[in-house]
Amino acid sequence: MNLLWLQSAGCGGCTMSLLNAEGPDLITTLEAAGIQLLWHPSLSEQTGSEVLTLLNALVAGEIALDILCVEGSMLRGPNGTGRFHVMGGTDVPMIDWVQQLAARARYTVAVGTCAAYGGISAAGANITEATGLQYEGEISGGLLGDEYRSDAGERVINVAGCPTHPNWVTEALIELALGEFSAERVDEFGRPRNYADHLVHHGCSRNEFYEYKASAEQPGDQGCMMENMGCLGTQAHADCNIRPWNGEGSCTRGGYACINCTAPEFEEPRRSFTETPKVAGIPVGLPTDMPKAWFVALASLSKAATPERLKRNATSENLIYPPTIHPHKKG
Amino acid sequence: MSRILVGPFNRVEGDLEVSLDIAGTQVRSAQVNSPLFRGFEQILQGKPALDALVYTPRICGICSVSQSVASAWALADAMQLTPPPNGDRCISLVLANENLADLLTHFYLFFMPDFAREVYCNESWFGPVQQRFKAIQGDAAREVLPARAEFLHMMGLLAGKWPHSLSIQPGGTAKPVQAQERLRLLAILAGFRRFLETRLFGADLDFISALDSEAALRNFADQGDWRSSDLRTFIYLSDQLQLETLGNGCDNFMSYGSYRIEGTRQFSPGVRRRGGPVQSLDSALIREDLSHSWMLQGGQPQHPSNGVTEPSLDNPDGYSWCKAPRLGGEVVETGALARQFINGHPLVVDLVERSGGNVRNRMLARLLELALVVPMMQRWVKEIDLKGVFCHHGRLPDVASGVGMMEAARGSLGHWVSVRGGRIENYQVIAPTTWNFSPRDHNGVPGALEQALAGTPVRAGEQEPVAVQHIVRSFDPCMVCTVH
Repeated sequence: MNLLWLQSAGCGGCTMSLLNAEGPDLITTLEAAGIQLLWHPSLSEQTGSEVLTLLNALVAGEIALDILCVEGSMLRGPNGTGRFHVMGGTDVPMIDWVQQLAARARYTVAVGTCAAYGGISAAGANITEATGLQYEGEISGGLLGDEYRSDAGERVINVAGCPTHPNWVTEALIELALGEFSAERVDEFGRPRNYADHLVHHGCSRNEFYEYKASAEQPGDQGCMMENMGCLGTQAHADCNIRPWNGEGSCTRGGYACINCTAPEFEEPRRSFTETPKVAGIPVGLPTDMPKAWFVALASLSKAATPERLKRNATSENLIYPPTIHPHKKG
Repeated sequence: MSRILVGPFNRVEGDLEVSLDIAGTQVRSAQVNSPLFRGFEQILQGKPALDALVYTPRICGICSVSQSVASAWALADAMQLTPPPNGDRCISLVLANENLADLLTHFYLFFMPDFAREVYCNESWFGPVQQRFKAIQGDAAREVLPARAEFLHMMGLLAGKWPHSLSIQPGGTAKPVQAQERLRLLAILAGFRRFLETRLFGADLDFISALDSEAALRNFADQGDWRSSDLRTFIYLSDQLQLETLGNGCDNFMSYGSYRIEGTRQFSPGVRRRGGPVQSLDSALIREDLSHSWMLQGGQPQHPSNGVTEPSLDNPDGYSWCKAPRLGGEVVETGALARQFINGHPLVVDLVERSGGNVRNRMLARLLELALVVPMMQRWVKEIDLKGVFCHHGRLPDVASGVGMMEAARGSLGHWVSVRGGRIENYQVIAPTTWNFSPRDHNGVPGALEQALAGTPVRAGEQEPVAVQHIVRSFDPCMVCTVH
């Protein structure tokens, strides 16, 4: 299968993350899946006119475009002209290139939350009129429109994340290459269920602190970050703590809150990212699928039952109270 | 005279377009266009001040930690907060991890593949170079990607993930290091060091770091076959193609200084005007000129603490979204070469005194930094005090301002923030490639790359002159940072 990768209004971080693919490395992974990179801005030899020749052949249908990957949001500004990103060497706005190529693609993949929903580039007043390929925030539409279907009859596949985990991308590509993709393999926001059917909370190394509502109070504390530090891990759809990042990491393991970066509109939390809003001392925003009354009841009960070990460790950088050892009773 | 437009100019971070006026067999003049504008400085206005730590790393996926550090330092300046010794070491480790991964990625994936282009197919050295460095297909990429990924496991331990971490805080790091993690860091560094010594250098890092002149470097190169290490291959190609004659720049060098440990920057800051001595840097002399930028016109060039970013395509002289920063009215070059020249490394000082800034010397300075910094990282890990604190805490005053100036892999990065009522009133960023790839200023003086491209040889019939590609990539541009 042929794959073309384009970058627009993003940071390139999803590509940088993709290069972290391991076991096997990215080049081997693509080769094994039978995917041929027609062009990737960071990796390919071709530059300038060599690229334009390829792009024109793809638009003309002379070369098959099996997978179109787009990284970065689509800039429609200023005033609908798209001139906030004119592709180098072409005098043609990137949104025009993407529309022409998406019309030819068998599958279109938005890599990262920017390309999927607008993401960080759409934050604030959004003076660049940034949008995702087929979503503008939570609203279906975006650059290509709600009616868009790729040549294979599919909506845009949204491998959302800021950045994306390398495996989220490679698994989506392998699924396409194997011919095993279907609309049931993505959730309501178009995210592959391979990773989006989990919550960041699953496998969080701070789970024991969560169970007893033993909470961190400032950066570096070991406790649960939901009550005070703005953590959205109990609501965020991703498997970051089941299969970690860069070997052994994740946001929560790195000492900071999950900011729900796989979700549309995560870029505008309407509060500080790292402070939990509260009403009458109770955090706003419940764990997914948890009835409010039960959560409040269980939280107050578990808070009352918090072991001393967790209470003390929760607000400390260092482990000051290791788990107690209970020898077998002899005789 | 003819004009050619090179774009999309790839194997740089982000999109780039270079317009070349050709006279005979040479580039007469060049214009560099950063064709993407995202508007981070507008996005940040009105946000809770500490949320800058979420937004600013996302300016760039390749210099993400550098943006985090500049932002954290600007906020720390506003909060009058200093990290504890452990915090300094952990931040320097994370920063060095990103910077060295960048230097490696640039050499193997962005820069070297140009020597495997068909234009060189009749050269005697082409076969082995193509085998090793051909884009995507070469042997080197398959060795480098796993080595890079494994090296970046340090991010998993110290920053949660890369890119886009929130562990870097104004008062230190939110990720305290545990005993077993400290040992793991030492193991990862030892593995990476071995890769560098066996594949890249063909020598011990301490030996490479101690090279003190071009003569010493040549002596090292002559002691082995040119194919015996990637550094020797680069030196050989450099001699064959006379890369020291390509891309001579303004030779004004600037560095903000890098890797701050307990108040001291391990690579010292400073500025040097062509042919002159290294002097202390007066950041009050920085101005951003908008005369050839797609920005609203009218005002005088501003210091970034008062900087304004109002995009507008109405400027008839505009040809880039990039502003034109100047230091005391002058163009400066920034990056590894400038950093090690300012830092006084004897090899780089000798190289620059002999042939100035050029394609070869920029690359050699990057490779030298790989050798210099890994042993520093090993020392910082050993110095982590497991019982000590990792983060200090403070409050942001309602009205405050701050500056964060540091060195990314590509050179000098600065953030200037002002805060009112706990929210960001103004935020300005000047990135390394903003300096290097700036357009002309109101005096018509071209930016550093534009100067370096003048006089570049062009072969008959070339659409994308290969020498131009060597020169552009020798700056390791990051276009997403440039305009942001």
